[in-house]
Amino acid sequence: MSDWLKRSAELMCKSTSDETVYSSCFAGKGDLTYLQWLFHAWGWTLLVALVALVIALLLGVVIGVMRTLPNKWAVGFGEAWTELFRNIPIIVQLFVWYRFIPELFPVLKDVPAIALACLGLGLFTSARIAQQVKAGINTIPTGQRYAGLAMGMTQAQTYRYVLLPVALRVVLPTLTSESMNIIKNSSVAYAIGVTEMISFATQAGEETSMHATMYLGATILYAISAFTINRLAALVDKKTRLPGALGSAR
Amino acid sequence: MALDLDYSVLTPEVIKTNILPGLYYSLELTFVAMLGGVILGTLIALMRLSSKPWLQRIAATYVDTLRSIPLLMVILWFYLLIPSGFYSMIAGSFGENHRPEFAAVITFTFFEAAYYSEIMRAGIQSVSRGQVYAGYAVGMTYSQCMRLIVLPQAFRNMLPVLLTQTIVLFQDTSLVYAIGAYDFLHGFQTVGQVYNRPNEMVLPAAACYFVLSFSLSMLVRRLQKKIQIIR
Repeated sequence: MSDWLKRSAELMCKSTSDETVYSSCFAGKGDLTYLQWLFHAWGWTLLVALVALVIALLLGVVIGVMRTLPNKWAVGFGEAWTELFRNIPIIVQLFVWYRFIPELFPVLKDVPAIALACLGLGLFTSARIAQQVKAGINTIPTGQRYAGLAMGMTQAQTYRYVLLPVALRVVLPTLTSESMNIIKNSSVAYAIGVTEMISFATQAGEETSMHATMYLGATILYAISAFTINRLAALVDKKTRLPGALGSAR
Repeated sequence: MALDLDYSVLTPEVIKTNILPGLYYSLELTFVAMLGGVILGTLIALMRLSSKPWLQRIAATYVDTLRSIPLLMVILWFYLLIPSGFYSMIAGSFGENHRPEFAAVITFTFFEAAYYSEIMRAGIQSVSRGQVYAGYAVGMTYSQCMRLIVLPQAFRNMLPVLLTQTIVLFQDTSLVYAIGAYDFLHGFQTVGQVYNRPNEMVLPAAACYFVLSFSLSMLVRRLQKKIQIIR
């Protein structure tokens, strides 16, 4: 076991192109150690997750709001959206974006896989967020909506100043678990050729025949990412918790 | 728009030889992992709710670890770590030839157990304390109390959630892509490769997954309504 750890540590500090072992584990210009490759892959994982999260939040709030509007077309569209993106496995959705859609619109053939991965993952997650935003808005007593409208606010103003400030703070804790999910789900992007951590783990494992070492590296970074988000989320949660709501400190 | 889609290769013959075996495998995987996952998950939930701190800690570590790692990573780990002798031990040469398929069943059982255990924990906690006291008062042991009073109610309360998780599980089975097990998605991909239509075959795969999961979630919703009325 300790022998394996020693060999693994040495391997991580080894160049990916030749047999040089760097004592600092970081190669200079023009070369890359396995550890550096792993960190690059981590960067791609986080980038995909972050961009997808932004897309998912924006679309999720819009679709979630649509599902609560007093307009059956908006509600229908919102529900169709949610069901469509919720009922197809994420890997199949990514294949649709990467392989099928460019077949329909050849212009998209030049779009890099990573952009499509962000888009696909964002839309997939937007359905889940929409679900929670809708639930959040529905927890607000109807009287508040009517009060807003009775004051002479428009529909948009009622949402902007009355409903959303409360609803978004109600759903925030569930959004933290969504951000953890999005990091985990970003691993699927490897299937369309994004060089994130799963892609690193399998490729570097193939190259070196030390699969466990590479898997362990990726696994540790996934765990660190999840843990960090969890802590961050707890912090945000504490800062934005509705005063007077169940579980609030005050 | 260059529309050159051709689905004529999807003849009944092709569907029967390439796609249906994949569908059967996906369903089998879902079913076995659900069964095993719920049983194992219930045990983990009981450990987590036990009065012994070390049991609680083991269960919590198990659940937290598996829930913070992507399923794809877990699939790769299990496939790497299950010794090759294991496959022939449980299914002879059939197991030897279907390593990814067997590895996936084991992976999903252990992985989903972490998720099912959280559901079962909530279910057990939803049973009122008085029920347990009543059980003890009539002289039941801990295991009788759990088996005859608490777990049946926990299952019933959590049935819709357990089934919703199973739909998620069904969708997740498509990730066996990583180790090349022959599932539903793989069936479509094989057809795409054999008939040189790899891009087109993505759409029917998506459509089939959609129809299956959507109808399952409709069923769960109906069941949920039914249970609500009775209570």
